[in-house]
Amino acid sequence: MEDLLAARSQMAMSLAFHIIFAAIGIAMPLLMIIAEWRWLRTKDGIYLTLAQRWAKGTAILFAVGAVSGTVLSFELGLLWPGFMGFAGSIIGMPFSLEGFAFFTEAIFLGIYLYGWKRVPPRAHLFAGAMVALSGALSGIFVVIANAWMNAPTGFRLVDGKPVDIDPIAAMMNPAALPQTLHMTLAAYAATGFVVAGIHAFMLRREPDNRFHRAALAIALLVGGVSAILQPLSGDLLAKRVAKTQPVKLAAFEGHFETEQGAAYRIGGIPDEQARETRYAIELPYVLSILAYGDPNAVVKGLNDFPADTHPPVAIVHIAFQIMVACGVAMMLLALWAAWRYWRGRRKQTWLDSKWFLRAIIASAPLGFIAIETGWTVTEVGRQPWIIYGVMRTSEAVTPMPGLIVPFLTFTVLYIFLAVITVFLLLRQVAASPKDPEPQPEEAHVGA
Amino acid sequence: MALETIIGGVMVASLVLYALLGGADYGGGVWDLFAFGRRARDQRALIADAIGPVWEANHVWLILVIVILFTAFPPAFSVIATALHIPITLLLIGIVLRGTAFTFRSYDVQRRWSLVFSIASIITPILLGVILGAIASGTIRVENGAVTSGFFNSWLAPFPFAVGFFALALFAFLAAVYLTVEAEPGDLQEDFRLRALIAGVAVGVLALTVFILAGTGAPTVRAGISRTWWALGLHLLTAIFAVGAFLTLWTRRYKLARVCAAAQVTLILLGWAFAQYPNLVEPDLSITSAAAPTITLQLLLAALAAGALLLFPSYYYLLRVFKAE
Repeated sequence: MEDLLAARSQMAMSLAFHIIFAAIGIAMPLLMIIAEWRWLRTKDGIYLTLAQRWAKGTAILFAVGAVSGTVLSFELGLLWPGFMGFAGSIIGMPFSLEGFAFFTEAIFLGIYLYGWKRVPPRAHLFAGAMVALSGALSGIFVVIANAWMNAPTGFRLVDGKPVDIDPIAAMMNPAALPQTLHMTLAAYAATGFVVAGIHAFMLRREPDNRFHRAALAIALLVGGVSAILQPLSGDLLAKRVAKTQPVKLAAFEGHFETEQGAAYRIGGIPDEQARETRYAIELPYVLSILAYGDPNAVVKGLNDFPADTHPPVAIVHIAFQIMVACGVAMMLLALWAAWRYWRGRRKQTWLDSKWFLRAIIASAPLGFIAIETGWTVTEVGRQPWIIYGVMRTSEAVTPMPGLIVPFLTFTVLYIFLAVITVFLLLRQVAASPKDPEPQPEEAHVGA
Repeated sequence: MALETIIGGVMVASLVLYALLGGADYGGGVWDLFAFGRRARDQRALIADAIGPVWEANHVWLILVIVILFTAFPPAFSVIATALHIPITLLLIGIVLRGTAFTFRSYDVQRRWSLVFSIASIITPILLGVILGAIASGTIRVENGAVTSGFFNSWLAPFPFAVGFFALALFAFLAAVYLTVEAEPGDLQEDFRLRALIAGVAVGVLALTVFILAGTGAPTVRAGISRTWWALGLHLLTAIFAVGAFLTLWTRRYKLARVCAAAQVTLILLGWAFAQYPNLVEPDLSITSAAAPTITLQLLLAALAAGALLLFPSYYYLLRVFKAE
C-alpha cells in the first residue's frame, strides 16, 4: 500500500470510528437530562432509573470517545504535518476552544456519573446540562475546523505561505454554519434512532414495560425532531457547496456534463471512464432548483473542471445517495411517529403498534449509516485537496515510511475495542428493569 | 514579556498539571499491578475510587498541551510529530488501552482488564518521558522546516529512556503519596506509605541517572541545569521539597507530604523548561522562531484566559466533590 493511501486510510478509519462515539457523546446527555428532568418534575422513579441506566451505558462510550479523540488530535500531526504546519496558526483557534469545551464536558461528566449521591439533585441535573452543552459545543468547534478545510478563509496566500492571518475570519468561514448545523442535528437524530430502536426491540418482548415506553418516547422526541429538521440543514449545506465547491457538488450528483435546468439523480452508478452516470432516475430541473433555487440555473459538470481536481466520483455519488436515502427514511418515520402520537396521545396507545415498533427497530442504524456516508461524501468529495484549492493532500502527508503498519495496528485495535464495547453494551441492555429499581441512588458507575 | 513566552509558559503549566493530576492516575495503575498481600483487593478498590471520577478531566491537560502546541507553534508540532512518529504512536496505543480498560473493568469483573489497565499505565508514562527526553536531547535536527535526523535517532537512545523511567517513577511516587491521603488511617494507609517511600528512592536514583546520561545525551539542557545562577537555587528548592516529602512521609504527615511531592515534581519540570528555554525543540526551533503570527497568539491567550475562568471553578468543584475528606 502506498504511504499516502495508508495515511488516508488510517485517518478515515480513525474518524469513522470516533464519530460514532462523538455523536453519542453529544446526544446521550440530552436524553439523560430529559429523563432526569422528568423525574424531578413527576417524582416517578422510572425516569430516575432511566437516566441512571442511560448514564451507565454512556460512560463506556464516553471513555472510548475520549481516547479515540485524543488519538485524532495527535494524528493531525502524525499523518499530516504539512497541513498542521501550514494551518495550525489559522485554524488552531477552534481546536483550542474545543479543548476547553471537552474539559468542561469531562469535569461535569465526572460529577454526573459519580455524583448521584454526592451532589444535590438540581446540581446533578445542572452537571448533566453542562455535559450536554459542552459536548455539543466541542462537536461544533471541530466541525468548524473541518468546514474551513472546505471553504478556507482568513488568510492570503503569498509564495505558498499564509499571510494576513485572521483566525476569527477563518472560524467564520462560509461552510461553518451549515456544516455545524447538519452535524449537530445528525448526532441527535442518529443517537435518538439507535436508542429508540433498542427500546422498541425490548418493548416488543415486554409490551407493558413502562421503563421502555418512557425511554422510547424520549428517544423518539429527540431523534424525531432532529430527523424532521435535518433535510432543511442539508439543503442549506448543499447550496453552500454549490457556491464554494462546485466540483464537489458535481461529484455528489455524478454530474459530468454542464447543463442548464439540470436534473437531480436518484441512484445511478457513475462511470468515470465513459463520463456518465447510468441507471439513475432523473428528475428534471430539480438539481438546478436545489442548488441555486432556479429551475433554469446552469449546473457546471465535472467535465468543465480540470481532471486533476476531480474527487473520486463513484464513491462520493453513491455515499451521497445512501446518506440522502437514510435521511429521508428517518424523516418519514419521524412524521409517522408524530402522527401516531397526535392521534393516540390521550389513551397512551401511540406505541401499541407492531408495525410501528418494527419500523423503529429496522431504522435504528440508519442515522449512523447516514453519518458515516455523509462524512465520506464531505471528505472524499474534497479530494484531492486537504485544504480546498490551497493544499493537496499529497503535499501534507508525513515523510514517514511504512505507514501501513500504524494503519493496520489502529485498525486491529479499534476492531477489538468495537467488539468489546458492543458485547458489554448488549449485556447492559439485556437486563431490563421493570419498575423503579429498589435503591435508585445506588447507581455508582465506577469500581 | 513576549506573547510567545507567556503562551509557552501556559503550555508548561498545563504539562505540569498533567503530570500532577493525570500522572498520578498512571501511577495508580502502577500500584494496581503491584497490589499484593491480604489487602490487594482493598488497594485496588481505593485506586479505582480515586481515579474514577477525575481521570477523564485530568487527561484533558494533555490535549490542552497539544492544542496550544499546534496553534501557537505549528512548525514545532509538525517537527515533533514527524521525528517522534513512532513513540507518539505507541503512546497513543497506551492511552487508548489505559482509558478503555479502566472503564471496561467497571462492567466486567474479569481481572484481565485490570491487567491491561495497569500494564498500559506503566508503558505510557515511559513513552511520554521518552518523547520529552528526545525533544530535550538536541538530536532532532531541522532544515528548512523538514526533519533531517530520521525517525529513530532522536529517541532510540539511553537518555530518552532514562527520562522515561524517571517519569514513571515520579508518577508512581505521586500516586502513592496522594493515596496515603485518600486511604482511611490504618493498614491500607501504611501500604501506600511504604510504596511512596520506595518510589521516592527510585525517583532519586533515576534523577541521578538522567543527570549523568544528560552529559552526552542532552548536553545543552544539562549545561542549563548545572551552570546557571538560577539553576542552583532551583536545585536547592527541589532538594528541600524532596527531603521534605521523605520526612513528612516518615512522620506520617500525609497532607504535607502531598504538598511536598507535588512541589517537587513541579520544580523538576520547571527546571527542565527553564534549561531548555527559549528552545522548543533543541536546538533548531525556539519559541520565537516557531511562533504563530501575533494575532493568533493574542486570540489564543484571550481564549486561554476565558477558558481558565470557566475551567478552574469547575475543576475546583469536581475535586471538592470527590477529593474533600
